[in-house]
Amino acid sequence: MLEIEDLHASVGDTEILRGLDLTVNPGEVHAIMGPNGSGKSTLAHVLAGRGNFDVTGQVHYDGHDLLVMSPEERAIAGVFLAFQHPIEIPGVGSLYFLRTALNSIRRGHSLDEVGPVEFLKLIEDKMALVEMDQSFMSRSVNEGFSGGEVKRNEILQMAVLEPSLAILDETDSGLDIDALRVVASGVNALRNEKRAMLVITHHQRLLDYIVPDRVHVLAAGRIVRVGGKELAISLEEHGYVDLGETARPDQPATIGTAT
Amino acid sequence: MSIHSSDVAEIANRAYQYGFVTELETDIVPRGLSEDVITLISTKKQEPEWLLEWRLRAYRHWCTLREPRWQNVTYEPIDYQDIIYYAAPKQKTSIASLDEVDPEVLAMFDKLGISLAEQERLSGVAVDAIVDSVSVATTFKERLADVGVIFCSFSEAVREHPELVRKYLGSVVPFRDNFFATLNSAVFTDGSFCYIPKGVHCPMELSTYFRINAADTGQFERTLIVAEDGASVSYLEGCTAPMRDENQLHAAVVELVALDNAQIKYSTVQNWYPGDAAGKGGIYNFVTKRGKCAGINSKISWTQVETGSAITWKYPGVVLQGDNSVGEFYSVAVSANHQQADTGTKMIHIGKNTRSTIVSKAISTGHGQNTYRGLVKILRSAEGARNHTQCDSLLIGTECGAHTFPYVEVKNSSAEVEHEASTSKVNEDQLFYCRQRGISEEEATSMIVNGFCREVFKELPMEFAIEAQRLLNVSLEGSVG
Repeated sequence: MLEIEDLHASVGDTEILRGLDLTVNPGEVHAIMGPNGSGKSTLAHVLAGRGNFDVTGQVHYDGHDLLVMSPEERAIAGVFLAFQHPIEIPGVGSLYFLRTALNSIRRGHSLDEVGPVEFLKLIEDKMALVEMDQSFMSRSVNEGFSGGEVKRNEILQMAVLEPSLAILDETDSGLDIDALRVVASGVNALRNEKRAMLVITHHQRLLDYIVPDRVHVLAAGRIVRVGGKELAISLEEHGYVDLGETARPDQPATIGTAT
Repeated sequence: MSIHSSDVAEIANRAYQYGFVTELETDIVPRGLSEDVITLISTKKQEPEWLLEWRLRAYRHWCTLREPRWQNVTYEPIDYQDIIYYAAPKQKTSIASLDEVDPEVLAMFDKLGISLAEQERLSGVAVDAIVDSVSVATTFKERLADVGVIFCSFSEAVREHPELVRKYLGSVVPFRDNFFATLNSAVFTDGSFCYIPKGVHCPMELSTYFRINAADTGQFERTLIVAEDGASVSYLEGCTAPMRDENQLHAAVVELVALDNAQIKYSTVQNWYPGDAAGKGGIYNFVTKRGKCAGINSKISWTQVETGSAITWKYPGVVLQGDNSVGEFYSVAVSANHQQADTGTKMIHIGKNTRSTIVSKAISTGHGQNTYRGLVKILRSAEGARNHTQCDSLLIGTECGAHTFPYVEVKNSSAEVEHEASTSKVNEDQLFYCRQRGISEEEATSMIVNGFCREVFKELPMEFAIEAQRLLNVSLEGSVG
C-alpha cells in the first residue's frame, strides 16, 4: 500500500533524506528507529506533505502519487500523522476541531457530514480508549494540555479519523510509563488487517508495548538495516554507533553523537 | 499571494452580499448644509423649539471647528456641501402596525435576512429598523410597554417623551464634543431611543438595524439609552449599505446612561459596505459612542465586531463616575483589502474602586491597516481603580499592518493598570496541523482567526455571535492563496 523509492528531501543545501526505500503492506506495523538527526521526523513530515522540503523520488500510496498531493488531500486519502509536538490553537474547541476534521474527510469521500449530537456519541467510546476526561471537549486544541494529554489527543484523533496509514512521530517522547501504557494500548486497539502504521521512535521502550512486524534502522537519511523485533533490542544494547559507521563512513562525527 | 487581481475583485464583490439598492420613493432635502437645511429638517420632524435651538447652536459651533487629522487613516477631503443630510422613504408619518409599512421596505429587510414580520413572531428580539434618515418600523412596542420599557425611534421619543430626551440628550456626548459629534448634533435625523425604568430587566434583546439606501446621503443617527436604578438591558446594533463607487459618511452618536446598579450591554456587528478590492467606495464610519456609569455599582459593556466600512474610526468609551462601577470593551476589528480601522476605547475612571477591562483583537489582511488606540485615564478621585488591557493583533499576508497606541494617564497612586499586547501571524505550524487533519487551508485560516476572536465573540448574544463569525469568514475570503 505504501511504496517509497529513492526518496530524497533537503532543506536549502542540507540533504536530510538521501535515497530512502520502504514498503509497507496493509495491516503491518513498521518501526523506524535511528539516532537524532537521521531523518526520522523529516520522513514523517515529507509523507504528510509539509511544504518546506525539496523532495525527489517516488511515493506511491494506495494508487496515489502522494508527493503531488496537498496535505489535506493526503489526509482524505487516509494518511494520518500523530505529531511529535502538536501545536496549540487558542480559542478553537477540541471537539469542534475534531468534528470539522472528520467532516472534511467525509466530504472528501462524498459522505454525509456528522452532526454535533451524533458526533458526541461517536467520540465517547473513542475517548474511553485513551482515558480522556470529559473536560477535554470544551478545552482549546492542545492549549494547556499536559505532555500526556497532547499525545493522548493525537491518538484520539486517529481513532476518530480512522486513517489507513498512521504515522506516529516519537509518540513516546515526554511520556511517563503510565501515560505510555495508555497511549500504546490505544494504538494497539486501532491495529487491524487494513491499517498500516509507521511507528517512529528513538527508544526501544515503546516497542515493548507496540510490537512491530518489522524494524528499520534509519541513519543519515537511508535505511541501513531491516529486521524483526529483536533488532530493536540489539540496538538498545549496542546503540546506533556501529550502524552509523557502515552507513556514512565519510561522516562518522555526526553519527557518533547519538545515544 | 498567487491569486490574480481579477479573482480578488470577483471574490471581494461576491463577498459583500448586501450591496443591492432598493427602489424606494424617497423624500430628500436639498444637498448641502446651512441653517436653512437644519431648520427644514427640524420642521419636517415637527420638533419643539428647544431642539431646533440645540441643533443650531451645534451647527454654529461646528462652523468654527476643523476636521481632525491626528488619526492613523487617510482619505480624500469630504465636501460637506455635497452631502444630502436628510433622506426618508416616503410613507405615512405614523404607522400603527407592520401591515402599514411599505411592502418594499419589508422586502428589503427580508433580503437582508432581517424579516421584521418574522422577528415579531419568532425570535423575540425587538427591532427598530432605520432606513437612511428615519425609523421605518419598531417591533414589539406594546409588549415592552407592558413592563414600562420605552423603545421607539428617536423622533417619536422627541414627540412622546420630550422631558426624557431633553434631560439626557447631550449629557454624555455634549454637542461640542468633537467635529463629527457636533455635526451629528446639528443634523441628526433619527435613531433609537430606549428607556428602562427603575428595577426592570428588559425582557428581550433590543436591536436597531441601520440601512443606508439612498445615494449621496450621509447617515447621522442618534441613539440614546437610559437605564434607571437597578435596570438592565442588552442592546444590539447591525448595519449594511449598498455598494457604491462613492464614499458615504456615517457619523452617528450613541449615548448610554446607567444609573445606580444599572447594567447596559451594547453589542455592534458593523458591516457597512467596505469598498471594492481596489479600495473604491465604501462607508466612512466616524462614530462617537460613549456610556456614562453615572450611578454606583453600574456597568456598561461595549462589544463590537467591525468587519465593514472603508474606514472605521471610533472609540466607544465609558465614563466611570459612580463608585464601584464597571466598564468593559470587547472588540474585533478586521481590515481586509484596502480597509482602514483606527479604533479602541476610552475608559475614564472618576469614582472609587472603578474597574475596566479592554480586550481588543485586530485582524489585518490584504492591504488592510489596523490601529488600536485606547485611553485609560485614572483621575485623582478614583481611589483603588483598576484596568486590564489586552490588545492582540493578527496579520495574514505581507502587505497589511497593525499598530497600537495605548495612552495611559494615572493621577492616583493606588490605581492598578495592566497592559498586555501581542502581534502574531497566522502560524504555519497551526495551518499544517489543521491541513494534516483534512481541513482546507481556507477553512483552517478561518478557524484559527475565529479562535483568536473567541474571547470577544463569547460576549455576544448567541445569534449575533454566529452572524459575527459568518461575516468574519466572508471578510477573510480570498486572504489565503
